[in-house]
Amino acid sequence: MPDQTFEYAPALESRSVVSLSPSYSPHIDGESRPPASGEYLTTVNPADEEPLAEVAVSGEADVDLAVAAARRAFDTWSAMPGAERGKYLFRVARILQERSRELAVLETLDNGKPVKESRDIDLPLVAAHFFYHAGWADKLAHAGLGPEPRPVGVAGQVIPWNFPLLMLAWKVAPALATGNTVVLKPAETTPLTAMVFAEICQEAQLPPGVVNIVPGAEATGRAVVSHPGVDKVAFTGSTEVGRRIAATLAGGHKRLTLELGGKGANIVYDDAAIDQAVEGVVTGVFRNQGHVCCAGSRLLVQESVADEFLPRLRERIGQLRLGDPLDKNTDIGAINSGEQLGRIRDLAATGTTEGAEAWSPPCEFPERGYWFPPTVFTGVSQAHRIAREEIFGPVLSVLTFRTPDEAVAKANNTPYGLSAGVWSEKGSRVLWTAERLRAGVVWSNTFNKLDPASPFGGYKESGYGREGGRHGLEAYLG
Amino acid sequence: MTTVPMEGGTVHDSAAPGPEASNAALRAYLRGLPGVDEVGARERASELAARSIKAEAKGTAIDLAIRMVDLTTLEGADSPGKVRAMSVKAARPDPADPSTPPVAAVCVYPDMVSVAVDALRGSGVGVASVATAFPSGRAPLEAKLADTGHAVAGGATEIDMVIDRGAFLGGDYRKVYEEIAAVREASGAAHLKVILETGELGTLDNVRRACWLAIHAGADFVKTSTGKVAPAATLPATLVMLQAVRDHHATTGARVGVKPAGGIRTTKDAIRYLVMVNEVAGTAWLAPALFRIGASSLLNDLLMQRARLASGTYPSPDHFTTD
Repeated sequence: MPDQTFEYAPALESRSVVSLSPSYSPHIDGESRPPASGEYLTTVNPADEEPLAEVAVSGEADVDLAVAAARRAFDTWSAMPGAERGKYLFRVARILQERSRELAVLETLDNGKPVKESRDIDLPLVAAHFFYHAGWADKLAHAGLGPEPRPVGVAGQVIPWNFPLLMLAWKVAPALATGNTVVLKPAETTPLTAMVFAEICQEAQLPPGVVNIVPGAEATGRAVVSHPGVDKVAFTGSTEVGRRIAATLAGGHKRLTLELGGKGANIVYDDAAIDQAVEGVVTGVFRNQGHVCCAGSRLLVQESVADEFLPRLRERIGQLRLGDPLDKNTDIGAINSGEQLGRIRDLAATGTTEGAEAWSPPCEFPERGYWFPPTVFTGVSQAHRIAREEIFGPVLSVLTFRTPDEAVAKANNTPYGLSAGVWSEKGSRVLWTAERLRAGVVWSNTFNKLDPASPFGGYKESGYGREGGRHGLEAYLG
Repeated sequence: MTTVPMEGGTVHDSAAPGPEASNAALRAYLRGLPGVDEVGARERASELAARSIKAEAKGTAIDLAIRMVDLTTLEGADSPGKVRAMSVKAARPDPADPSTPPVAAVCVYPDMVSVAVDALRGSGVGVASVATAFPSGRAPLEAKLADTGHAVAGGATEIDMVIDRGAFLGGDYRKVYEEIAAVREASGAAHLKVILETGELGTLDNVRRACWLAIHAGADFVKTSTGKVAPAATLPATLVMLQAVRDHHATTGARVGVKPAGGIRTTKDAIRYLVMVNEVAGTAWLAPALFRIGASSLLNDLLMQRARLASGTYPSPDHFTTD
């Protein structure tokens, strides 16, 4: 019998490192300008539903001003020697590192993700993306895109709420390194770190108009994407919205890259390192509450090992600590919004009604805020909605397979194609499988590993174009 | 491995090699264990190391860690005086604060066992003796058994033996198994800790294999290191060992203990191990009967942190005895 239990005392990260303004305005032409629209929305902390700040809803007039500022700045920014642009990006990267604790806490407040993730994953990657692209700025002639690749112009960028500042970095860093200027719309529910990024651009003395940030909701995004002064559109978000954007831009002059949804398969062969595979499946789908487009939301486990694997998986999931995202020991934080929580609940409910079996560990939820327990569906078949549609929440669908051929067929049998994982101690089997998977990223014996040097993007309805690495530069160079 | 339920009572592990298993059978069994992905194991270990243990949780952990210490001296220069002094400290680590719990055991060479036994009589602190030609284990089996017998005759309650790493790395698992079983026999009622010397095994796959081999051959505890080889205890090696004892319990209902030893010097290090025990093996292992920390200088850091939690300030190091 246990000698005693070992309960961890609350270990709260201090909020005092963050000083929030009561309201935030669009950042246009190097300064904060009250929105012509006069409209504001309130962004809340999803862990307690308390308001954090008022943030402008930029209208068409504001987007107009932002695009005009970006256009003016383009002439000097694109003509600047790459080494000079690189210096600005290095400066931004260093400031991001210096303010990383503040930004991590702010990200957690606005998004609901555990602070250990914003601190150990998001912020280090954000800085890494700026450092990486700063290095490219004076080496573009060596990117394999011709001797003198030229920037495209003004980039209109629309980013999601799951990794707010990281998605900003993925968009802004390559655009600036290649000599483009930017009009960026952060997500409606998570604009705050982007607004602090605007301050960082000022602190780095970035020339006015190079980075413009127009917070808002769907209409603002539409205004950015469809603005005639925008030369290139980059969007990360749902496949549904991506499809609408592609339709809007079809036949026009704008370039487009889309990074959309996913339904990633984690394939566990019977010779996998079982403890590490359990770990990889858990982080693959429960990290960031499953709000990850490349999440491993389908587990394909070989039937001969499923009986051994699943109890271990459940036991491990039972140890996840759900609660206050600011607690440094929290593993699962809050769902980003009431709206998203509703979507997760609806889709999870179809799993049960369609005949799959749901399991969750006992979880105590905080009184307020948006919460969903880590959930595993077994008895899932390919025909179930939870095996086909992106849930974007902490929900894992478990399917089994008998042979490598069947694993590959099931993994590929999805309209998406963003990510996949292969778990086996046999190198030749890993390579055989990876060659046949139609997914932009295939991880071997690990999952959700991101690196600025590695291109990221999708097959099929997960979008097109790549972000990161040498390949990612192509989207911003002509 | 066979398919096993994770919960439930004692189950016979039908795949486990018995005492008559040939070397070929042992090889087939050990190589059939699931592999360990080194990158993944290291990553899991460092994630657990990032847990933040504060306030009353820290106080609980410090007292638990003190109760788990095997206070160790294993030097050529060890003398009866040195061992007596350490034994007094083991029974009453902080003379200024009687609420401080005693450590679990002292750990000495066989010829010092009777000194420690005399010094600790009635204290409840165990006496562990290294044996079997510690630390290299390079001696004939007869010498190893004599070494063990001497320690047991002197009153040792725990025997810390070393495996024959040369035989293990050479693929002679049968020899390793037989030696452990023989020392098990020679140890009588004393608890047997089997030192794998993970720093010499090279891979975590080997750590897992050596761990299962020791468990099946009769170990009460598996121990990482002698402390004489670098690296000594590491979090990833301990992780793999904790997974093995957890899985063994799931199969058989029996619990084998784990002892990291060597290189654990600070309270922060010790707490990292306790977090790992808590989250990998489970709360049942949070007891001196199932988890020990082999250390010498660690104890004073634990005492200092304990005093700080009580008073809010760090006492000078001279408030704590050097041995």
